Amino acid sequence: MTARVSRRSFLAGGSSLVVGFTLLGGLDRAEAANPNGLLRINPTAPASTTEAWLVLTPGATTVYSGKVELGTGVQTALTQIVAEELRLRMSDVQFVQGDTVLVPSQGFTAGSKTLQQGAVTLRQAAATAYAALLNLAAHYLRVDPSRLVAHEGRFRIAQRETSVSYRKLLRGTNTVLPLNTSAPQVAPVDYRIVGTDADRVDLPAKLTAQFRYTTDVTVPGMLHGRVVRPSGRNANFNSIGNVDRAQAIPGFVRVVQIGNFVGVVATSEWAAARAANPTTGITVSWTPGPALVNEASLPTALRDPANQYKATVELDTGDVDAAFASAAKVYQASYFSPFHMHGAVGASSAVADVRPAPDASGIQATVWSGTQGVNNLRGAISGLLGISAPAVRVLYTEAAGCYGHNGADDAAADAALLSQIVGKPVRVQWTRQNEHGWEPLGPAQAHDMRGVVSGAGITAWMHTIYAATHGSRPSATNAGTLLAGQFIGKLPDPLPSSAGDASGRNSEVTYTFANQRMEAHLVKSFVTTGPTSATPATPLVHLLPRSSSLRSLGGLSNTFANESFFDELALAGGFDPFQLRLDSLTDPRALSVLDAIKPAWRSRPRGGNGVGAGVAYQQYELVNAYVATYVEVAVDAASGKISVQRVVVAHDCGLIINPDGLRHQIEGNVIQGISRTLKEEVHYAGDAITTLLWAAPPGTSAPAYSVIRFNEVPPIETILVDRPDQPVLGAGEPAIGTMAAAIGNAVFAACGARLRTLPMTAERVKAALP
Amino acid sequence: MGQKTIRLNGKKRKVSVPDDSQQLLYVLREQLDQQGPKFGCGVAQCGACTVLVDGKIVRSCVTPLSSVADGADVSTLDGLATDDDDDLHPLQRAFLDKQAGQCAFCVNGMVMGALGWLQGRIDTGNRSVPEPREVADYLSGATPESTLNYICRCGSHPRIVEAICAAAGKMVK
Repeated sequence: MTARVSRRSFLAGGSSLVVGFTLLGGLDRAEAANPNGLLRINPTAPASTTEAWLVLTPGATTVYSGKVELGTGVQTALTQIVAEELRLRMSDVQFVQGDTVLVPSQGFTAGSKTLQQGAVTLRQAAATAYAALLNLAAHYLRVDPSRLVAHEGRFRIAQRETSVSYRKLLRGTNTVLPLNTSAPQVAPVDYRIVGTDADRVDLPAKLTAQFRYTTDVTVPGMLHGRVVRPSGRNANFNSIGNVDRAQAIPGFVRVVQIGNFVGVVATSEWAAARAANPTTGITVSWTPGPALVNEASLPTALRDPANQYKATVELDTGDVDAAFASAAKVYQASYFSPFHMHGAVGASSAVADVRPAPDASGIQATVWSGTQGVNNLRGAISGLLGISAPAVRVLYTEAAGCYGHNGADDAAADAALLSQIVGKPVRVQWTRQNEHGWEPLGPAQAHDMRGVVSGAGITAWMHTIYAATHGSRPSATNAGTLLAGQFIGKLPDPLPSSAGDASGRNSEVTYTFANQRMEAHLVKSFVTTGPTSATPATPLVHLLPRSSSLRSLGGLSNTFANESFFDELALAGGFDPFQLRLDSLTDPRALSVLDAIKPAWRSRPRGGNGVGAGVAYQQYELVNAYVATYVEVAVDAASGKISVQRVVVAHDCGLIINPDGLRHQIEGNVIQGISRTLKEEVHYAGDAITTLLWAAPPGTSAPAYSVIRFNEVPPIETILVDRPDQPVLGAGEPAIGTMAAAIGNAVFAACGARLRTLPMTAERVKAALP
Repeated sequence: MGQKTIRLNGKKRKVSVPDDSQQLLYVLREQLDQQGPKFGCGVAQCGACTVLVDGKIVRSCVTPLSSVADGADVSTLDGLATDDDDDLHPLQRAFLDKQAGQCAFCVNGMVMGALGWLQGRIDTGNRSVPEPREVADYLSGATPESTLNYICRCGSHPRIVEAICAAAGKMVK
């Protein structure tokens, strides 16, 4: 998992070969990246202007990566790339990830960008190191480099027995290299490891309970904390009772209350759990605050200009108004999707060790977290604790599946605050109710679609979105971006100034419509300082459940609206919806993924009688991976229940590093997409989330956040379009976007019900049946 | 005060807790250094904490130590194989063969739940290999013998089902 070698030790003059590079952007950005790590290599060396490192020592080859493994397999894929270029085995490459001391900033691990951005530069860094090793070997063996071949860490002179190991070459070497953009890379035809189904490097330890997740982190002298959350989003602290009952629990240490932040600390997790539980420990009373926007009224409330701080046209091609004015008929439809949860299967946890003063290396606070961005979290925690950012070290540890900005950062803030107050390391484990009740959600989104279809196909198209923020991630300069920060009185960041690549992601379409407009209405999450202000007013009053980045951001909801409405127009115009997609696209890569599902479409069920098929297409973020999805469903007319029978996904994300890993990502997208389409919906009442568990407790009908079960998962076929000559594109999110629309289109074919609201529950199906 | 001796993965271990209403999950993790059983929900709805007590599938997050018999056999994922890679249990081997996990936080539940289920079938003379549909129903809590649901959030369901079928084929031999 993590190498024990410290960067400081090899930078101090041990035997090593270091290549500086960044995983932030393309090669052109490598030199421009802004370094803010704590440790600087010789500042006169060119490599110091870059951000991450590939380090070869006689003992190990180590990637220091700011991009982290979130459970999707990127560590395996990045390792494949390094092993390939360096002619090493997978097991020769170590991976150190997400450490604010050892691994300088590479931004967030998000948006399916790790391989897309990281693979390019990491590959070139490994090629740089290989070229340097090749020269060392040629010098050592006194032959021309062209006569050398390398295999598994050893150079050999072709046709001869003479050889030298990397280990030997690296002994006594102490070289720092900048990225050499002209170092030759292994040609795709010669790949031995890239393009193969290399096994996940992390799975053996996970299957034998040896893997240390965040929840498994322990440090000496560690105490256990639990938090007690307010009764609602706008509630304020009133009082704490039954402290004596908590004090009587063996192992109890103390109750902590600052503003609306309440927690308990004990010597064992069980004691902390008992002390925080209102039936066995403290009881906290809260003064209720204003209700949020009523859940049932969300579709109208999101559209109400009084609840918006901005409306902006983000795409306008051709002349949509003229096209609408001259059309015989303008079709309209409205769509809606609710708040969704990340719902990681493990509730968030974190460990923090905050000392009264910095240690010899200058670190005062150490935090272990499953965060997507160690450096932003470091800054936010620095503000929370009043400790300078360089004195805070955040170490990434993998938590349960991460699909975006979940509770990981907030749990880290809770642990840090408790640790600072008790003066000892504290581990915080959230309960399931903490997670379901307080994690940042994917926001509800509403869509108004307008379009014109004629004999020439779709000629005018307008998509208006109404959405709250998809981006309230921790800010390095504002502790108010953490829950604990808000609880102690800090304000969140201002709301975003555009729908940008967030609520607006994939709101536009890549079809060749002559006239297209996308208009975004940005909805207030809290009361702001004026009608058009994005800045929170004091005191903070929330208007909506907390929202941030969830897998594909607005992409799932936007493509649901776009690709469902595409079918509505196609059918209104008398077109075959599949053929009209082909006829409305020109990009050969788009056409090829659609062609790949054509056999499925051609042999589809006829439709009607409760069985039908549908398709959806999107190009992720308009410029990245191409996905075409075919779905067959069965709809039970009596109950209204939808069951997905078969899914076929054709996927083009450029060069494929690990086909099996890619299939696995697509399968995950499909399954999570079905779950969000058919089942998932956050409910709330007043100012509090009410869906606090996975299921209603036995004998109750409490609201629950229900997710897909094993026997609801259909057979999934994946068709991978490999393009070895094309750049790697991310695959963590593209496919999920197509799922809701493909299912909705299939349902329409099966029974004539057009579902325009997620989730597509049995009740909604019955209500929509013709 | 609760004191008890259990046989954890075949080895006698003494545990002592101030309060024997303490759930087995916390005893295993805090006193016996087990890492396999995980806290997922605390209300027996997800399966991440699954262990076997005397061969029976137990959600350790809702099982107080007081309900565990003195001398009971407790099996966890931690003890399913020795450190020797060749000694993996067929379920572990199959999960690796099928690459049946992304974050893999949940797989403790599927491995231990499938172990208890398959072993129970074999012990009662049923040596048939379950069909994938049967495995999926089992993991959904939709069978007469079990109403316990297992949650995987990353979407490794088809691989998990395949792995359990493959392991069952080995286990019945």
